[in-house]
Amino acid sequence: MENFTVGVVVFPGSNCDRDVSWALEGCLDIRTKYLWHESSDLSDVDAIVLPGGFSYGDYLRCGAIARFSPLINALDEFVKSGKRVLGICNGFQILTESGFLPGALVANKNLNFICDDVELDIVSSKGGWFNNGVEKQTIKLPIAHGEGRYYCDSDTLKKLVDNELIALRYKNNPNGSSFDIAGITNEKGNVLGLMPHPERACDETIGGTDGLFTLKSLILK
Amino acid sequence: MDQFAVKVLVRLRSSVLDPAGEATKSASIKLGAEGIKSLRIGKMIEVKIEGNGENEVREKIDLLCDRLFANTVIEDYEYSLEKL
Repeated sequence: MENFTVGVVVFPGSNCDRDVSWALEGCLDIRTKYLWHESSDLSDVDAIVLPGGFSYGDYLRCGAIARFSPLINALDEFVKSGKRVLGICNGFQILTESGFLPGALVANKNLNFICDDVELDIVSSKGGWFNNGVEKQTIKLPIAHGEGRYYCDSDTLKKLVDNELIALRYKNNPNGSSFDIAGITNEKGNVLGLMPHPERACDETIGGTDGLFTLKSLILK
Repeated sequence: MDQFAVKVLVRLRSSVLDPAGEATKSASIKLGAEGIKSLRIGKMIEVKIEGNGENEVREKIDLLCDRLFANTVIEDYEYSLEKL
């Protein structure tokens, strides 16, 4: 995997881009490359992470403006080719706004900005994003969001359940998300969006390593 | 070319909980306002736009509303249009 390169997208207002890059390079020895949002050339990256933050200041709606960047326009072909895309927090919001994943992320039920560690049940193994080798079905990851309440209509929810597209559910729903949803995949399984931050759980010294498996799975075919 | 002033209203769909509206309702009651049954917060977007007639401008505004101003998964929109 020495040539495998993960593109980490940088929007104006992204603030987890360096954390993602650090976790991939420092903890997993996976090469990364920052991709400025104005770039549409994805030819030299093998997977992409849309990191957390506040792209375009969250103006209009979280992720709404980022959707129109040249990079997101180029993402359609990248996803169709089967390559992996991981959207974390604001990245998840961008993936729903741009239609790569169904539903939307709206203001937390109690209006709090929640910064906490949460327990999550791994619901679906689609895409192999949470194969951790020990069949661990509950993981702990940090969350940090004000608008992380997953919402979708009942038809969409049924489709998510029937097609096993729900990847993660909160054990104790912190934000009012429909069906306790914390993360979902597309039908093919190569796109994952989640509100928790795996890149902040890659080293025991900062509280846990349950995020390693998800970042590591970026290199899966 | 005609110029139009457009006011777009974007609202959360009634099926979507509006916590900001709920918080504002609670503050309104604390202020002493009586009889408030419901309070929901939306957005207004004002656009000045040129086009060849109302129909063309409506087409442009429909596209903007549907693709950018509102996320139709969670929001509804309506607009009014005034020729300047």
